[in-house]
Amino acid sequence: MIASLQSVEVDYPKRGRALGPIDLAVATGERIALVGPSGCGKSTALRLLAGLEAPTRGTVSRQVAKGETAVVFQAPTLAPWLDAAANVALPLELAGTPRAAARARAVEALDRVGLKDAAAANPCQLSGGMAMRVSLARALVVKPRLLLLDEPFAALDEITRRTLADDVLALQAELKPAMVFVTHSVEEAVYMAERVVVLSGAPGRIIGETRLPGAWPHPVGYRACPEFRQAVECISDQLAEASA
Amino acid sequence: MNAVRALAPVILACLLLAGWEIACRVLEIPAYFLPPPSAVATALTSDWASLSASAWTTLSMALIALLIAAAVACVLALVTALSRTVERAVTPLAVLMQVTPVVAIAPLVAIWAGVAHPERAVTALAVVVAFFPIFSGALTGLKSADPDLARLFALYGANPLQRLIRLKLPSAVPHLLEGLKVAAGLSLIGAVVAEFVAGSGGSQGLAWRILEAGNRLQTAKMFAAVALLGLMGAALHALLQMVEKKALLWWRGR
Repeated sequence: MIASLQSVEVDYPKRGRALGPIDLAVATGERIALVGPSGCGKSTALRLLAGLEAPTRGTVSRQVAKGETAVVFQAPTLAPWLDAAANVALPLELAGTPRAAARARAVEALDRVGLKDAAAANPCQLSGGMAMRVSLARALVVKPRLLLLDEPFAALDEITRRTLADDVLALQAELKPAMVFVTHSVEEAVYMAERVVVLSGAPGRIIGETRLPGAWPHPVGYRACPEFRQAVECISDQLAEASA
Repeated sequence: MNAVRALAPVILACLLLAGWEIACRVLEIPAYFLPPPSAVATALTSDWASLSASAWTTLSMALIALLIAAAVACVLALVTALSRTVERAVTPLAVLMQVTPVVAIAPLVAIWAGVAHPERAVTALAVVVAFFPIFSGALTGLKSADPDLARLFALYGANPLQRLIRLKLPSAVPHLLEGLKVAAGLSLIGAVVAEFVAGSGGSQGLAWRILEAGNRLQTAKMFAAVALLGLMGAALHALLQMVEKKALLWWRGR
């Protein structure tokens, strides 16, 4: 176990209950997808796991040291005044790594996401997909044990989404962080996760959980196989119920 | 077609000047009422020594005022951005300073500067005018950091100093440059208005030349001084625009 929410509830002033009560345990190296209707508190759950927010009631426990958590947001969230490598090096430099060493590791991380040649590029010169890869490299450069992704591919086109999904899975298999990601796409959730957790409409509670074989790499034609389609249908039905 | 488009402003200006010249001659308008452009050009060359010296006086007061305003506004914005309480306390005062007409406080400032130092009064008033855009640009900029990027800084355990130097200050740069550009134009306007109101010939700026020529019905010289002011304003704006462009390129490319 690397992080967990126990009977957690989150209330926001004015908006009232946003999430919970909810129990969720993230095992070491596990891949979890959170799906649910808009505004059900998926992103809030992610921020709780990241330790960026405190719950109103309940307990959040995190067995990760400082600097072992990484978050990727829906937007690439790069600093426009830094080049790609400097953006990736930022978490290392903030933690006290000397500039040259941090940059060397950043270039290495960029190489891993297929952007070795873009090290000196400015964020404004990068395409949406490339910027997202830089963001991913920045998350991976700290060698996280807990990787949290908040709708990371939502702003990208279908082909880029699929390529990036494969890349994320390959990197996860290599570096083995526990991974929790929020998505709107049931297919993406089924494709990427070992466990898909469905949340109800606000305030979000867990109303369904599906375990998938999830072995990586997926067999050829995985998206078209009956098991995959069935899981997508089953979770879509749960989601439709949640939104009703 | 492209050449026409590039020259369009020049062509329009020439047409307007020609129309003005012809109208003055055909309608036999007296020169003290509306001198033709040729007379303005003659005044500009014959009075060049006094006009250029005055132009430099006004421009240097405006530039000094811009520098002082920039320094004060940046420091104050930095202090203000550090705490919400300070911001709540300072903002109404800054707005009050902005909305009070500079013309209204000019006589006061002239008294404080003393009769012997009208240029100090003018500079101080130009500072007052130029202060607000820089202050509000810097303050907005300091608070404009991407909230998700700020969350990442929190996640990576950045301390307040790192947050200031590596997140807030760089985020502020584009807003600050925009504020500086607006303030540059305003500092010149402020200097001229202050010269008029502070009113003594001691500062010898362009506004004084206009008043002086007006009293002597040297209308062409008045026009010449106004033309110089316009050119100076345009040049200052162009300069700041270039600085902004270059600085943004540098900002995006570190």
